[in-house]
Amino acid sequence: MKVALRNPDREFEVAGGRLVREVLADLEIDPDTVLIIRDGELITRHERLAEADRIEVRPVISGGTERGRA
Amino acid sequence: MKCTRCGAAAVIEVRRHNAAFCGACFRVVFGNQVARAIDEYDMFAPGDRILVAVSGGKDSLALWDVLLDAGYRVDGLYLGLGIGDYSDRSHVLTQAFADARGATLVTVDLADDFGYDIPTAARKGSRSTCAVCGLSKRYVFNKAALDGGYDVIATGHNLDDEAATLLGNTLRWNIGYIARQSPVLAAEPGLVRKVKPLYRLSELETAAYAFLRGIDYVVEECPLVAGNTQLRYKKAMNAIESRSPGTKAQFFLGYLDRGAPIFRTADEQVDLASCANCGQATTGTYCAFCRSRAQILGERLPEVAEAR
Repeated sequence: MKVALRNPDREFEVAGGRLVREVLADLEIDPDTVLIIRDGELITRHERLAEADRIEVRPVISGGTERGRA
Repeated sequence: MKCTRCGAAAVIEVRRHNAAFCGACFRVVFGNQVARAIDEYDMFAPGDRILVAVSGGKDSLALWDVLLDAGYRVDGLYLGLGIGDYSDRSHVLTQAFADARGATLVTVDLADDFGYDIPTAARKGSRSTCAVCGLSKRYVFNKAALDGGYDVIATGHNLDDEAATLLGNTLRWNIGYIARQSPVLAAEPGLVRKVKPLYRLSELETAAYAFLRGIDYVVEECPLVAGNTQLRYKKAMNAIESRSPGTKAQFFLGYLDRGAPIFRTADEQVDLASCANCGQATTGTYCAFCRSRAQILGERLPEVAEAR
């Protein structure tokens, strides 16, 4: 599956079939600091992602971005 | 995960309330939190003319949207900072929001109206980029509100902003700043009342509200802001919040309830006069904005015969 990180914009291919929070943990991203958007809809960290999914991870922190290793 | 209110599929989780909401219920909850903030601090009345300072970011546009939705008489104020593509895009999105909602946007441009932009100020002035930007914003917001006859200026400061500011001032024991931190700054001669109706809502909530309302906001951050102190404090608070949800709210809202009355006794009253150059309120002969602007432009402010 694809993960599009915003601000700055980057895109990664990661393993699907996992919960959003597990994907974010791999990317060292705090789920409380980002919106997760799939097919134009917000989803919570508890959603399961399919291999064919593409999600946008949009930081919400004003004054800069809090980036994980990604 | 189900919506705490209606049982539909949730789209946003608010861990500090141990709750989750669908889009429709979240809009209600968000509006209720703003209404509670306005009510608790008697921020403004339905007939008041409100000027909301809009940057094109999620917080200020969400604030404008929720106040319009609630039926308030609210116009927007956009200040052009001259920060390249970032400012251009911010202005476009802000104007598009105003047009889509049939709202009035007042636009002021630092370069056109005051002779400098923020990148120039950062190079030539003695203040940090964020400091001179903040000073310019406070001055222009107040001047525009006075010139336009507005009763109150509203800004999009959220819970994370306020908690980070309080943390920074506490770490330095800036007693005067701590004492003055409030969702409302009362009007004084020459100073328009200022309010922060989003102080009960986190950045995640304002971003979710903006997204769910279809607001096209600037996701990119100001290119000049990298490494600022406020961001470091936000990261520190987020690290605590992730393990102990609700800590930020307890820190800031707890301060308002229990700390502010204690610190307020330390808030020294100052006598305000009119700036000898521009006439806006100041504690000295010239206001900080005029002194900063003169330095940036390489100008000298006129000598004043009777120094106050």
